[in-house]
Amino acid sequence: MSVEILARVQFAFTIAFHYIYPPLSIGLGVVLVIMEGMFLKTRNPMYEQLTRFWIRIFALIFGIGVATGIVMEFEFGTNWATYSRYVGDIFGSALAAEGIFAFALESGFLGILLFGWHRVSPRVHFFATVMVALGSMFSAVWIVVANSWQQTPAGFHIVGSGLTARAEVTDFWAMVFNPSSVDRLSHAIIGSFLAGSFLVLSVSAWYLLKGRFVESSKAAFKIALAVATVSGLGQLFTGHHSANGVAVNQPAKLAAFEGHYAAAAPADMYLLGWVDTKTHKVSGLSIPGGLSFLLHQDFKAPVRGLNSFRPEDRPPVNFVFQTYHVMVAIGLALIGLTLLASWLLWRGRLWQSRWLLSVFVAAVLLPQLGNQVGWYSAEVGRQPWVVYGLLRTSHALSKAVTAGQVWFSLILFTLVYALLFALFLYLLNKKIQHGPGDEAPNTDDADGHLSPASKRNNPVISHEAPAASAAALSHVSDL
Amino acid sequence: MTTFLGLDLAVWWFLVVGAVFTGYAVLDGFDLGAGAIHMFFKREESRRVALNAIGPVWDGNEVWLVIGGGTLFAGFPVVYGTVFSAFYVPFMLFLVALIFRAISIEFRSKEKMGWWHKMWDWSYSVASIVVALSLGVVLGNIIQGLPIGADREFHGNWLSFLNPYALLVGLTTVALFAQHGAVYLLLKTENRIFTRLTLIVRQTLRVFTGLYLLLSVATLWYVPHMLRVFLAQPWLFAVPLLTLGLVLSIGRLVRRRRYFPAFLCSGSIAAMLLLTVAAGLFPVLVRSTLNPAWSLTIYNAASSHKSLGIMLTIAAIGIPLVATYTGFVFWVFRGKVRLDDASY
Ligand code: HDD
Ligand code: HEM
Ligand code: HEM
Repeated sequence: MSVEILARVQFAFTIAFHYIYPPLSIGLGVVLVIMEGMFLKTRNPMYEQLTRFWIRIFALIFGIGVATGIVMEFEFGTNWATYSRYVGDIFGSALAAEGIFAFALESGFLGILLFGWHRVSPRVHFFATVMVALGSMFSAVWIVVANSWQQTPAGFHIVGSGLTARAEVTDFWAMVFNPSSVDRLSHAIIGSFLAGSFLVLSVSAWYLLKGRFVESSKAAFKIALAVATVSGLGQLFTGHHSANGVAVNQPAKLAAFEGHYAAAAPADMYLLGWVDTKTHKVSGLSIPGGLSFLLHQDFKAPVRGLNSFRPEDRPPVNFVFQTYHVMVAIGLALIGLTLLASWLLWRGRLWQSRWLLSVFVAAVLLPQLGNQVGWYSAEVGRQPWVVYGLLRTSHALSKAVTAGQVWFSLILFTLVYALLFALFLYLLNKKIQHGPGDEAPNTDDADGHLSPASKRNNPVISHEAPAASAAALSHVSDL
Repeated sequence: MTTFLGLDLAVWWFLVVGAVFTGYAVLDGFDLGAGAIHMFFKREESRRVALNAIGPVWDGNEVWLVIGGGTLFAGFPVVYGTVFSAFYVPFMLFLVALIFRAISIEFRSKEKMGWWHKMWDWSYSVASIVVALSLGVVLGNIIQGLPIGADREFHGNWLSFLNPYALLVGLTTVALFAQHGAVYLLLKTENRIFTRLTLIVRQTLRVFTGLYLLLSVATLWYVPHMLRVFLAQPWLFAVPLLTLGLVLSIGRLVRRRRYFPAFLCSGSIAAMLLLTVAAGLFPVLVRSTLNPAWSLTIYNAASSHKSLGIMLTIAAIGIPLVATYTGFVFWVFRGKVRLDDASY
């Protein structure tokens, strides 16, 4: 395989793996702020317990996010040296700002969030929670701004030519607020809220089905449902805005989203389909003229198609088409799910709808998948360019790197990440099985009695006393 | 050329990048060092105390590396691209070691089995050593210079990073961090582990002093261009002499139980060593061993002045902020480690 393909696969693999965790951290951050805020307001210990439980989960997720994030930062230099020299003037500043403003904030206050319970007052602890949540959102800001600049470059000029050609900043704010950054940032952040809130929904629904921690799980479910419902609608809104922007700034990508070839004709919108790249036909379920309507509020308006681009300037159409449609389908499914649950909650029938709770247990995978395929369609849709219209991916490589070296790192990271992922699932499952600690018997529990599981899981009752004095409190020390 | 307070922006940015990497060495240096000596603690409780001594701060310390990478990318993208792709394999190993350090700290306390603890203890310690070693090896190669062509690409053998001088710098880095970490742990511990540490500090200090002297001689031998810089400006010799003074005073301070000044000294040694390197190289960042004219300097490798100016503003706002909350976190967790229900 060529170095180019290998380097792309390696980069895509490592960043896709990284992107499992940041959205969860960002989304959980918001839920944590609400939970701990509720605790400060009501002083109800149930909220404290919930907060502590979700902070333990947060710590696990966050840890892997950090460990895999550093890889990404170095890979720009190792895999894409030419690209780094070309965009360093612009991209570098965003990356440095991210480190300075975002990571330092979240990692600094994370120490207090995790270990500070007895060191600082509840208010200061809450402050630390807010800072960590803000920090994780800031880190999305800078990286998505940088990535958006690659998609829709602005505020720069090209200096030099050949080996020394590069983009230099002429207008910092035009660079930051390039045509796609606001749309894409809000879309990515809201996608993260969905990922985090659906994790809470899933775990809480599972407890409710098992009749464990019923009181606190209902509270957590309600908080997360509120976040998820608002975010689901927000995702449709920001996604629509993004698509309008793509139509203006990256018409080849938009045409690939809907498999639209004709140079200038009304374009359909597909719910699902398959693009035949030979005959340029899409077979599937479509709304005729739907894309035209979405962009121009007119079913007859012409949309620029792939035939108006040279074949070497087109992205891989079917891949982009499929990933895009999976994302949109997931977005609609999440909206349906959250609206239904909210309605049932309002009618007082949610907790009895066991089938719906079961759906929520599994639905945690949907936003994850949506985030992944969203990036695939955005990034692959940008091909064959690394910097849209300026620098081709094939020119962006590190010339000093050989295929053997990239194979080495690809295999290495595959092994390490497989191990990481297995450990992550194992420990996450263990924490969830263990639950928020105290399992108070409660009255409105469907079965109304303390299950054997809850006795077993109650650390105060069951924990075998460890010998070392330092471990006296170790029932929570598995943080 | 745009200047600020009499220095041009490329020089300023050289100082910023240098300061951030120095901050990283001083801060994460003690975490890595604590990891390097971790296996010398035998009891479960000692190991837990040692881990919790760095528990709340190591992640924040590691961020200095992230910022360092970002500032290098932003200020000197040519160096960032060329050096990182030249050291592809060592950087990948370095990254994997960083991952293992992070997850070992995270995962160790999650199970109660003895083998589980032991496994993560080993992985934590080995990973910390590998991180320190590979940082030192890369530094050693930068000091010697790299075969960089007119196209600003690396033209050497990918294995050439493993040379005796670079390995010596690597080992010295490990010893320096181990000694720094041991002094840090002295500050944070009491009882059994503390007694043990007073012994370890002496040993690590001895090893480091030996390696440091050896490295100084080797530098005169292997890196003549550095000696030339120092001979041209003899006052620069003050820096290595000061370093030697610091090395000697650590032993004295530890004997007198003045651990905090000793910790400041060991941190300053890391800073002084980097300062020596910076002084010997300036204004070159990476010397080309093929043709001095092809060297990457702070001028031909820098970003545009516009970008450097913007970044300097960002750094001027951001770095004091970072220092403030880093300080706040250290203050919250000041004093000896006490294990509680939130500990690792
Ligand atoms: C939408 C959000 C988002 C996106 C698109 C990315 N990241 Fe990320 N990243 C985060 C959101 C985030 C985060 C939520 O803020 C993390 C997870 C845990 C953490 O510390 O911050 C993080 C961690 C993290 C770290 C570790 C920071 C630390 O030590 O605390 C680095 C160096 C990066 N990322 C770098 C990258 C690079 C180079 C990316 C793309 C090319 C990237 N991230 C995509
Ligand atoms: C926001 C920060 C991001 C930046 C700066 C970024 C930048 C890049 C770069 C430089 C490449 C390599 C060149 C190329 O093949 O286009 C790439 C490819 C890719 N990225 Fe992103 N990316 C980002 C986020 C993500 C995320 C979070 C994902 C995870 C799902 C992702 C998925 C991909 C994929 C799948 C490719 C491979 C596409 C291909 O076949 O070339 N990207 N991106
Ligand atoms: C509800 C319908 C949705 C629509 C119409 C939509 C639309 C879009 C569009 C047009 C893009 C490409 C933006 C670009 O290339 O610049 C995109 C990207 C993306 N989508 Fe969606 N989306 C929807 C739902 C979702 C959902 C449910 C998620 C995940 C929770 C998601 C996550 C993402 C991500 C992470 C990206 C890449 C980052 C970005 O470009 O913002 N989207 N989406």
